Amino acid sequence: MSNLIFEKSSPGRRNAAPLHPGETAADDINDRFKRGTPALLPEVSEMQAVRHYTQLSQKNFSIDTHFYPLGSCTMKYNPRICNELAMLPALASRHPAAPSTTGQGFLACMHELQEILKDVAGMKAVSLAPMAGAQGEFTGIKMIRAYHDARGDDARQEILVPDAAHGTNPATAVMCGYKVREIPTHENGDVDIDALKAAIGPQTAGLMLTNPSTLGVFDRGITEIAGLVHAAGGLLYYDGANLNAILGKVKPGDMGFDVIHLNLHKTFSTPHGGGGPGSGPVGVGERLEPYLPVPRIAMQNDEYCLLDMDECPHSIGRLSAFMGNAGILLRAWIYARQLGREGMPRVAEYATLNANYLKARLEQGDFEMAYPERRATHEFILTLKQEKSDTGVTAMDFAKRLLDKGHHAPTTYFPLLIPECFLIEPTETESLEDLDSFITAMNEIRLECYSDPDTVKTAPHQMPVRRLDDVRAARKLDLIWPE
Amino acid sequence: MLAAIGADSIDDLFEEIPADLINTNLDQVPPGLDEMELRRLVHQRARADGQYINFIGAGAYEHHIPAAVWQVATRGEFYSAYTPYQAEASQGTLQLLYEYQTMMASLTGMDVSNASLYDGASALAEAVLMAVRAQRKASRIVMPDTVHPAYRAVTQTIVGDQGIELISIEHDTDRGVIDSDAMASLDAEDVAALVIPQPNFFGNLEDIDALTNIAHEKGWLVIAVVNPISLAMLKPPGEWGDAGADIVIGEGQPLGIPLSSGGPYFGFMCCRQKLVRQMPGRLIGRTLDMDGKPGFTLTLQAREQHIRRSKATSNICTNQGLMVTAATIYMSLMGNSGLQTVANASHANTRILVDKLTAIDGVERVNDSTFFHECVIRINVPLDDAVRALEAQGIVAGLPLGKYYPAMQDCLLVCATELRTEQEMDDYALHLESIVSKRRLDPPSAQKM
Repeated sequence: MSNLIFEKSSPGRRNAAPLHPGETAADDINDRFKRGTPALLPEVSEMQAVRHYTQLSQKNFSIDTHFYPLGSCTMKYNPRICNELAMLPALASRHPAAPSTTGQGFLACMHELQEILKDVAGMKAVSLAPMAGAQGEFTGIKMIRAYHDARGDDARQEILVPDAAHGTNPATAVMCGYKVREIPTHENGDVDIDALKAAIGPQTAGLMLTNPSTLGVFDRGITEIAGLVHAAGGLLYYDGANLNAILGKVKPGDMGFDVIHLNLHKTFSTPHGGGGPGSGPVGVGERLEPYLPVPRIAMQNDEYCLLDMDECPHSIGRLSAFMGNAGILLRAWIYARQLGREGMPRVAEYATLNANYLKARLEQGDFEMAYPERRATHEFILTLKQEKSDTGVTAMDFAKRLLDKGHHAPTTYFPLLIPECFLIEPTETESLEDLDSFITAMNEIRLECYSDPDTVKTAPHQMPVRRLDDVRAARKLDLIWPE
Repeated sequence: MLAAIGADSIDDLFEEIPADLINTNLDQVPPGLDEMELRRLVHQRARADGQYINFIGAGAYEHHIPAAVWQVATRGEFYSAYTPYQAEASQGTLQLLYEYQTMMASLTGMDVSNASLYDGASALAEAVLMAVRAQRKASRIVMPDTVHPAYRAVTQTIVGDQGIELISIEHDTDRGVIDSDAMASLDAEDVAALVIPQPNFFGNLEDIDALTNIAHEKGWLVIAVVNPISLAMLKPPGEWGDAGADIVIGEGQPLGIPLSSGGPYFGFMCCRQKLVRQMPGRLIGRTLDMDGKPGFTLTLQAREQHIRRSKATSNICTNQGLMVTAATIYMSLMGNSGLQTVANASHANTRILVDKLTAIDGVERVNDSTFFHECVIRINVPLDDAVRALEAQGIVAGLPLGKYYPAMQDCLLVCATELRTEQEMDDYALHLESIVSKRRLDPPSAQKM
């Protein structure tokens, strides 16, 4: 590790960035309210801070520097223009509680984004309020609950979730006070319809589904699934994690879904920022519209305005102090306007082309696919169980060796159903040259598993640190400096 | 590429999708724009919004942001990096987050900090869930109405379906703070925690020591809701009362994040060591690599949804990494003395503003409690008209409180951070005086409006 910023600190050292110290009396505040010992913050020059964090940044992989074939995360390029325009001073300095008359330009963008998302989702209405995919999920399930409650239908206490689902799905259902029942996956990768029929009933509040699924295939039984859930009185929730695969080609509303969340940090290219912010707007059909979270953006008397609880009395409520991750919504709107109507299906097409190309070439390189007979969507799964039983090299080892070759690792060990798996998603923004370079690296490592397994098992070798001791990290918790 | 796949066309790749589901009709999506057209459009809309002189705080504060903060934070290596699950390829973000955790724990006077939550309001909801987990059987939370109204609303939305009850407590209207005597005599069963805001929503300073001790005597945890800038001046929650607060949350936006009409911001959360395993969100730990060299990694992941699924502490799987990156750089550039200067200057400016405004006949404070950098004033003309008239002069006057507190229809919450100049405050006072005096000379009944 590099020295911590605190270790570069020198008492009394300052820089010109903050204000010059002026009157510091605050003599009207009683000492019993005041701080005694100062906080431990660095005392460094501006150059020290800039150099320290620039050097730290150079220890990261990022989309701008490396290929990220990270399944279900859609690590596509983030166009520079989105950030430049979202940070314009007039937009960045507007207070969220200022009257909407002071933000008509901003609200026009938000209103357009709502309309665009409605169209691509095939939904009747959209709320931009949720601040992340997981909050969008929470919103969706809470609306399903509100719908059943409003009908006095309180026997529905169960949410169905396929066993391949993201971990957020069951965690969300529990947060909304539901029990979770898992539905197994058929060996062909689709939801097991017979198991679904057996599980569904008057206790079913809804089904949460990702389609294309986390197994990298489009569930061909979707129309039948939707019919079964609706016939039983339940509602269908669409987890938008994989929307990139079908953007502009298939609308979740047409598949029969009643509610969807979209991950703007995936499909609409807003930055991942080393772990956030996300943004997870929700779209709904007619039945759930009254329950959408506030604030909602509307046009009234030729003016854009925010609707709150007074105007939306059945809303499930508020999810953030102000307006969700507004600046991220702005970046998503800019991206959507740049793509436009004609660009959206191209996203799905090239993402799918890139994934199928990688799948075909890796199959030719003797990698074993989880679903070889299926078309890949925008992602696919391969399993390294043969390599593991032959050489002892695990998917984790293989992933770490990829880092040495200059590629970020794919998603590993997810979905949980497939042993020693990689979930690989190249996205539409990667070039053929970059895909080929990844294929070369994969093939080289596969050969190395057999010729020199120890090198793979002890990877990475070229990174700023070797493999870290996670057990020690959890047992001897060291979360702040100094201990 | 198609030849390698063995397909004739891209359409073939979609052959597993039932044909009747293909729908490429996107009427509501406008045609694409090139970069030049986009820039023109967005500049035009930004201009339409203009730039107002802002006197609203109410949970989001306009502070000076040093130039280096966003230039470094938006480097591609931070901006476009993924969640640091692959620790060896993410040491930059991980070390930064560890430094952030250290800074926040020190500012709040607590043992540990997580790597951030969505925003201040949702952080309060997560703190409530955490307190209920920690207290096991108790499932009620004492929530004074001096806590930000939106924070209370968000908490209700998020915890409402989990069998948790929020007990609302009205404030002492003479002083604009929680009545600690009433709190001491509050007879409530099954309470897990008391929420104490400092400063409170009205900007006033609560009697934190007494309230903390009262809560602890009753066996309740204390959840502190604080402004991080204020902590350079005010007593950190870790030192409140005899034992200190147990969980501390707040809105991180004042630490170098632009207002941007509401987000993205970040919520921070710190707590006592004994509660760390109940904490939601990501935690970064320092450990050793195979060669015995120190490095950083995500830790205690067994609490999280991708491992625990339906038994996780929360469904959260992102933090607000980019905002925390900016905040960490901000705190490094400011240092303790820089933060103190911001806190002091914001406090001093708000005092100056309040003096100027209350010098106007017909404008007064609603109480004389000590405030940090926000204050409630009462204006004896219809508030909506006054606010609109000031807006026409390019001034966003403050937050009208009637929507949140029905008894405060004529009250405005105002704030002047270090950014507000004497001239701007004079302009505000001048315009307000003219509005108020016009009303006095020309009462509404006589006006032709």
